[in-house]
Amino acid sequence: MLIDIRDLSKHYLLGRVDVAALNGVTLSIRRGEYVAIMGPSGSGKSTLMNIIGCLDVPTAGTYLLNDHDVSRMSDDELAAIRNREIGFVFQTFNLLPRADALHNAELPLIYKGVPRAERRRIAETTLRKVGLGDRMHHKPNELSGGQRQRVAIARALVNNPSLILADEPTGNLDTKTGAEIMELFDTLHKAGNTIILVTHEEEIARYSQRIIRLRDGNIVSDAAVTREAAP
Amino acid sequence: MIRHAFALVGEYAAMAWHSIVAHKLRSFLTTLGIFIGVTTIITIWTTIQGLNSYITNTLGDISSSVVYVEKFPWVISNDFWKYRNRKNITWREYQTIRAQSRLAKTVTPQVMAQRVISHKEKKLEGVAVLGTTETFMAISSVFPESGRFFTAPEVRGKHNVCVLGAELSRSLFDEETPLGKRVRIGDRRYTVIGVLEKQGEFFGQSRDNFAIVPIGTFRNVFGMHRGLQIAVQAADAGQLDDLKEELRGILRRERKVAPGKEDDFAINQQDQLTDLYEKTTSTLYAIIIVIAGISLLVGGIGITNIMLVSVTERTREIGLRKAVGARRRNIMSQFLMESVTVAVLGGMVGILPGVLVGQMILSVMTVEGGVPFSAIALGFLFSALTGIVSGFYPAWKAARMNPIDALRYA
Ligand SMILES: Nc1ncnc2c1ncn2[C@@H]1O[C@H](COP(=O)(O)OP(=O)(O)OP(=O)(O)O)[C@@H](O)[C@H]1O
Ligand SMILES: [Mg+2]
Repeated sequence: MLIDIRDLSKHYLLGRVDVAALNGVTLSIRRGEYVAIMGPSGSGKSTLMNIIGCLDVPTAGTYLLNDHDVSRMSDDELAAIRNREIGFVFQTFNLLPRADALHNAELPLIYKGVPRAERRRIAETTLRKVGLGDRMHHKPNELSGGQRQRVAIARALVNNPSLILADEPTGNLDTKTGAEIMELFDTLHKAGNTIILVTHEEEIARYSQRIIRLRDGNIVSDAAVTREAAP
Repeated sequence: MIRHAFALVGEYAAMAWHSIVAHKLRSFLTTLGIFIGVTTIITIWTTIQGLNSYITNTLGDISSSVVYVEKFPWVISNDFWKYRNRKNITWREYQTIRAQSRLAKTVTPQVMAQRVISHKEKKLEGVAVLGTTETFMAISSVFPESGRFFTAPEVRGKHNVCVLGAELSRSLFDEETPLGKRVRIGDRRYTVIGVLEKQGEFFGQSRDNFAIVPIGTFRNVFGMHRGLQIAVQAADAGQLDDLKEELRGILRRERKVAPGKEDDFAINQQDQLTDLYEKTTSTLYAIIIVIAGISLLVGGIGITNIMLVSVTERTREIGLRKAVGARRRNIMSQFLMESVTVAVLGGMVGILPGVLVGQMILSVMTVEGGVPFSAIALGFLFSALTGIVSGFYPAWKAARMNPIDALRYA
């Protein structure tokens, strides 16, 4: 099992009010799965993604990633896990504005300690794989939204992570560009990557194999996507 | 791990450079404090080094086994007025010392005047004329470069001979040899028997513009009652204190100083100048420390401030870097490198005017040599230190950021 989550809770204290963003979530995800997380706004999707991505730690419960308990790790240990095991794709791309596509894509490799020449080589190969072979030296403001998200996907891939996490990756893109990005995720999944994505849109969720629905910090349904029903 | 840390230094430097280039004006203004600090430090440091080399030269000229009997002490620390009514050191006192001192090896009287000196059409006003005896050579650090100094018989016989300083000789004779020629000092003529070697300049003043004549001749021509300075050389350098005591005794008796009253003369020696010099340099060092401290503070606060702005502006960048695997020390190093780079750049810009001003001071002091490397190293070190100290808090703040909050920062 790649991800094994048991009774996971996350509480925020807002003044004197205790907000339960996650309320005892239990969930397993196997290597190679393609999962979509859905639910209304405020239901805890991002909170769950952040914990799965080791950006945050739960208030209670356990989280085993690759059989390692990451629910009680220190800041720097989590950073190392994120660096090796996880690739993030954000709704707002989060690229370094003054760096070109190549430098943005190689960023995780810097913190892995990969020598410069090898770093460049890996980043170039990955950018070609996401269809940006001819945009290596463009800055983010010289790229379209879809191209920016491709750079971000390349950045998520360079470390060869166990897991790719995408929180509303098409949220800032038009329908056509969004579909292109989803085709790219499809290709990555077929190549063996494990992908978890958060989305509001049913059409987007249908690209996955399995949809988990959240409401008020609880899982309300967890079901395989029936291919026949897909458009 | 350590190899990684070193490999990343280049990355941090590149990040720092890009950030600085992206904010040129801001970076420049930030470094003004450091710039001024480094300029001042290099200037003062160079001055100290220049003084050092001058003082070792000059103090080297004053033999440490000689004491000087004079009317005034060299270093007057308190009330000047109490020295004002002192009697001159007299010829009689010189003879008494020579007759009575048993610890002295040589006793050399010296007396000064300013006179017009001329040769043919060349005429120089207000040249220093020194009257002394043949033992002057025993305590002097300059020797005849050509010809010779006068002898005991010439002193006793009050011959009209003179020895010229290098600069005076050049002014009167150019390239001609002055030996055997006659110069007019005041209204008498003297035969030149020697020219001394060159001593060079200090603060633009030549130290070679003088003539020396036998003291007997001097007294006959320029008057008997001028005050003397008497240089007494110890037979044994280890007995300098005993010699001073002996001289005090002789002089107090001779000048009839009542017991319990202060000496009405001074016995000077090289130590006094060394002490004064050490006091002066420690003042300069204190000034350096104060200025360094103030600019460290001013420049440092500027850097801290701008780094805090930079950290806040780049909150999302920090969040992203952490999300893709940067540890606290990576973020810390990145921002420390940036503040050190800004500070060192400012410092390097400050080195140039520092070296120029330092060079000017050295040439005014007429001290040979350039700005010492230590001054540049000091300026460099000082700015790097400011960069580390002032960048520490912003870097720490950046390193501690929570990646989720940082990524969400608008
Ligand atoms: N840092 C925080 N401090 C306090 N409350 C928080 C914090 N982060 C999230 N929450 C709360 O936790 C709940 C879940 O938030 P979360 O961001 O996971 O929702 P979401 O499902 O991603 O919503 P959306 O679809 O709008 O992105 C919300 O009620 C939110 O207000
Ligand atoms: Mg969300």
